[in-house]
Amino acid sequence: MNQKQCLSISAALAAWALTSFATEAQELASSQVAKGRYLTQAGDCMACHTDFDNDGIPYAGGRGLETPFGVIYTPNLTPDDETGLGRWSRDDFYRALNEGIGRSGEHLYPAFPYPYFTHMPREDTDAIYDYLRTLTPVRAEKPENDLPFPLSLRGSILGWKTLFFEDEELRRDPEQSEAWNRGRYLVDGPGHCGACHTGKNFLGADLEEEYLRGGTLEHWFAPNIRGGDNGGISDWSERDIVEFLGAGRAPHTAPMQRMGEVVAISTQNLERSDLSAIATYLKSLDDRPEPEREDIETERLEVGEAIYFDSCAACHDADLTGVPYFFAPLVSSNKVSAEDPTTVIRVILEGARAVATDAAPTPLSMPPFAWKLNDDQIADLVSFLRHRSNRPAGSVSASQVSEIRNYLIEHQGGER
Amino acid sequence: MARQLPGKDVVIIGFGWTGAIMAEQLTDAGLEVLALERGPWRDTPTHFATTFAQDELRFYWRHGMFQEASHDTVTFRNNEEQMALPMRRWGSFLPGNGVGGAGVHWNGQTFRFLPSDFVARSHNEERYGRLPEEMTVQDYGVTYDELEPHFDHFEKICGISGQAGNVNGERVEGGNPFEGMRSEHYPNPPMQMTFSQDRFMASARQLGLDPFPGPSANMSRAYTNPLGMQLAPCTYCGFCEKYGCGNYSKASPQTTIIPALMRRENFVLRTHSEVIAIEKSADGSRATGVRYVDSQGDEYVQPAEIVILAAYPLQNTRLLLLSGIGEPYDPQDGTGVVGKNYCYQVMSSVNVFYDDHYTNEFVGAGALGAVVDNYNGDNFDHSGLGFIGGGYIACWTTNTRPIESHPVPDGVPGWGSEWKQAVRENFLKTTAVGLHGASMAHRSNYLDLDPVYTDRWGRPLLRMTYDFTLNDRLLTAHITPFVEEIARGMGGREVKVNRRRGSYDSKPYQTTHNTGGTIMGESPSDSVTNRYCQSWDLPNLFITGAGLFPQNAGYNPTGTVGALAYWSANAIINTYLARPGPLVQS
Repeated sequence: MNQKQCLSISAALAAWALTSFATEAQELASSQVAKGRYLTQAGDCMACHTDFDNDGIPYAGGRGLETPFGVIYTPNLTPDDETGLGRWSRDDFYRALNEGIGRSGEHLYPAFPYPYFTHMPREDTDAIYDYLRTLTPVRAEKPENDLPFPLSLRGSILGWKTLFFEDEELRRDPEQSEAWNRGRYLVDGPGHCGACHTGKNFLGADLEEEYLRGGTLEHWFAPNIRGGDNGGISDWSERDIVEFLGAGRAPHTAPMQRMGEVVAISTQNLERSDLSAIATYLKSLDDRPEPEREDIETERLEVGEAIYFDSCAACHDADLTGVPYFFAPLVSSNKVSAEDPTTVIRVILEGARAVATDAAPTPLSMPPFAWKLNDDQIADLVSFLRHRSNRPAGSVSASQVSEIRNYLIEHQGGER
Repeated sequence: MARQLPGKDVVIIGFGWTGAIMAEQLTDAGLEVLALERGPWRDTPTHFATTFAQDELRFYWRHGMFQEASHDTVTFRNNEEQMALPMRRWGSFLPGNGVGGAGVHWNGQTFRFLPSDFVARSHNEERYGRLPEEMTVQDYGVTYDELEPHFDHFEKICGISGQAGNVNGERVEGGNPFEGMRSEHYPNPPMQMTFSQDRFMASARQLGLDPFPGPSANMSRAYTNPLGMQLAPCTYCGFCEKYGCGNYSKASPQTTIIPALMRRENFVLRTHSEVIAIEKSADGSRATGVRYVDSQGDEYVQPAEIVILAAYPLQNTRLLLLSGIGEPYDPQDGTGVVGKNYCYQVMSSVNVFYDDHYTNEFVGAGALGAVVDNYNGDNFDHSGLGFIGGGYIACWTTNTRPIESHPVPDGVPGWGSEWKQAVRENFLKTTAVGLHGASMAHRSNYLDLDPVYTDRWGRPLLRMTYDFTLNDRLLTAHITPFVEEIARGMGGREVKVNRRRGSYDSKPYQTTHNTGGTIMGESPSDSVTNRYCQSWDLPNLFITGAGLFPQNAGYNPTGTVGALAYWSANAIINTYLARPGPLVQS
C-alpha cells in the first residue's frame, strides 16, 4: 500500500469513528481492514463494481454485466450515503452476501454471486464491510438494468431463489487437509469460480453435476478446471496453477479476457499459500472419462493442417507443442479440447492478449484472423486442432463459427 | 505563450532505446520521470502483429516507422564547396520515429566495441606514431573495462544470442578471439546458422581466420529478462530491419523495457510532444527544463531538475545548437565542439551466386550471421598501410525481401526481361559477404545548422557535411580483397564484387549508424560531454546515444550505446544525486 492510500484510509477511519459506536470503531483496527481488503481482492469485487470502459472510479459501480437475460448494472460499493453503502449496517451487508437481500428488503439478482458468498462466515463478510467503509465516498448512481419483463420485477427473483438458492455456510471437511479445506473455501466462497466455470441450467443456476466442468457466458467458454484424472487441468501441476494465478503465466496458457481481469485484479495479489491451497483443491477433483474420438474426414484434416502450418505454426510450432509460458501448446490446451469450442473459435476470430502482471509485464498477444480466414477455414482448422489434441474432441461446423462471428460483429464491432 | 507545467525530477527527450533505459533506471531509483516523444505510441500487439508486420510496402517503401521527412529532415552536402539540399526521402540511413525509435526497426546485431576502440587516439599513436593533423580522432574518456558490467547488463536485458570468445580472460573456442574480456557468457546460445554461414565459416577457417556466430538480439530460444519481460524464439521470418517484430523475438524497447516501465507510478510518457529547445537558467549555468509543442500545437515549458537528451544523434546535435548550448564546431580553425566528429561507416560487399545450391535467403533474421574479426579495429598490424581502424567481415542472412532485394550477377541489365529472368534464376541461390568498416573522425566531416532551410516551426534544419576520407578508402581497398577471398572460397559459380568507389551518396541504403556531433571526451575544449555523458556546460544535462562516439568503430553501435546509457545512469544515481554538480572537474 502506498502512502497516499494509507492516508486516505486513516482519514476515513477517523471520520467513521466519530459517527459510529465505540465497539465498531474498535473492530476497525488496521488488521481487520487489511483482512477485509484481502478478502475483497480474493472476491474480485473491484472487477464488477468498476466501470472500466468509462474510466470509472474503483468500487463506484456502474459496470454493465451481460447475462443471458439482459444487462445488469453493478451498484456503488463506496460509503456514499445516497448512492453507495453509506447507510448500510454490517447486518445489512451480511444479509446481502448471505441471503441475497438488499437493504430495503429487495431480492438481489444472482449476477451478484451471493450463492457463493453465502458460504463465507460472518467474520469474513464483516471484514469486507469494514474495508469498504474505508474507501473514499463517491457519488455514483447506477444505471437502470436492462432486463425484460418479468425479470425486471424483483419479485421474480424470489422464485429463482426458492428453486436454486440455499443459505449455507461452508463446513470444514475433517477428512481433508487444511490446505484442501482452505482451497475449497476460496474457490467456492469469495473466489466464486463456479460462476464462470460451472455449467448452468436455463435459468442461470449452477448444475451440481457440472461443477467446475466448464461453462459458457458472454460468448466465452470458461474451461473445465477439474484436475485428477481426465479433468481439464489434469496435466497441470500444482505449481502450474500457482504460476497461472500468481504471475499470469503457465506452461499451458496465460489468462486472458475475463480470467485476465481476475488474475490482474484478484489472484496475483493473493498469498502463495492460498494459491497452493486452490491448486490442491482443484487437483483433487476427478472427472468423467473422455468420450471416444470421433472420426473426421481426411480432407478436412488436411485443409485444417495446411491452414495451421501457414498461419499458426510460427508461434505454436509445427507439432502444436507451442512455446511453454509464451505461446500455448495446443496439443494440451483445455480451450481447444473443450466440449464447447466457443473460446478457441473466438480467439482465432478476434485474437487474444495475455494479461500483463507485475511478474510478467509482456503483453503477449495473438492477432485476429477474422479478416483472413473464412468460416469454413476456421471450422477446418479448429476441427484439426481438436482432432490432434491430447484429449480428442469432436469437429466443429462452419455455422458454429458463423454464429460467433456474427455475435462479434454485432456486439464488438468485429470484422466481417 | 508557453504554459508552465509543474516540475519533474527528470525530463527525457526522446523515447527510444536510451530514453527507455534511462527512464527504467531512474524510476527504479525513485525519481519522478517524464519522457517526451515526438512520435506516436507503438506496442507489439497493436502495431506489429504478425499478420501485418511483414509488409514491405507499408513499412519500408512507405516509411511506416521512420522520421517524417516533411516535418524534419537534414540537408546534405559532400563538402563545403557545395550547397546542402534537404533529403526529402530517407535513403542512406533511416532515423526512427515514435515510441522505441529506431530500436523498433533495427536488425539486432549487437556488438561490444573492442577495448582499443575506446582509446583510438592514444592506442594508435602509441603503436603507429602521430596521426595526420586532419584526423580528429579522440579517446572516449571511458574504458572498455569500466563499461564491461554495463555491456553485460544490456546483453541480459536484450537476451543476446551469441558465443563468447573470452570469459574472464579464458579463451573460449568458437567465439571471437579478439573480443574484450566478458564477465559472463551471453544469456542465450547462438542463432541457428544456415547454408550460407556454414559455407562462410568453412571458407574463413580454410584461410586461417577465426569465424564466430554474430551476436544477435533475435532470440535463439525463449527468454525472460531481468525485468520479467518475455522474448519468444525467433521464427526466422527475416523481417527485422525496417520492421517491428510481432513475435516478441527481437529485443527492442517494446519487448525488453517499456511494458514493465509503464506500470511504474513515477513514470509518465507524453507522445506527440516535440521538444523544440532545452531551457537554461538566466546565468546559463544549468538546464531548467524543456520547451515542447504537443499535437494541438500548444507550447509548454516543462521544468526538471535533470534533463536527458536521448533523441537520435542528429537530433541531439541539432537541439544543442538550437538551444545555444556549447560552442558550435568550426571546421576552419577546429574550435568548438557541438557538431564535431560526425562519422558514418564505410562498407563494401561481395555477392556469391550458386548453380546447384539453394541458399533460401528468405529464411533469415536480422542478426543471423557468421563474422570474422581478424581485420577489425587494431586486430591486425597497420604498419605502412596508411590507415587506422578496420571492420568485420560477415555473412548475414537478414532476408532477401522480394520487393527490396534482387541481387543479380555482373553483366545483367538493370531492367527488362533479361533482368527478370536473372532475378528468377538467382533469387534463391545467392548470398553476400560484407565488410562493415569503421569511420575515423576527420576535420571536414561535421554537423551544423543550415543557413537556408527551416522546419515547420521555422527553425533551421541540421546540415550534414560528409564524404568518405582517405582513411576510409584505404581501409576498404585493403580489406575488400579478403572479403572477396572468403567469398570465392564458398564454392559458388561466380562472385560479384561491390567495391567502395566515389563520394558518399545519401540515396542508397547503407546503415543507420550515424555517430558524433555530441562527442564525449576528456576535456571541455575537445568534447561536448565528460566521461559520464554529462554536458561540460550544464551539469544537469546528460546526453545519450551514438552521438557520444568520438569516431565510429567497425561494429554496429547499439551494444555500446546501451552500455553507455547504463554507465551514465549509474553515475547519476550513485554519484550525481548525492552531490549534483560536475562529475569531472574541468
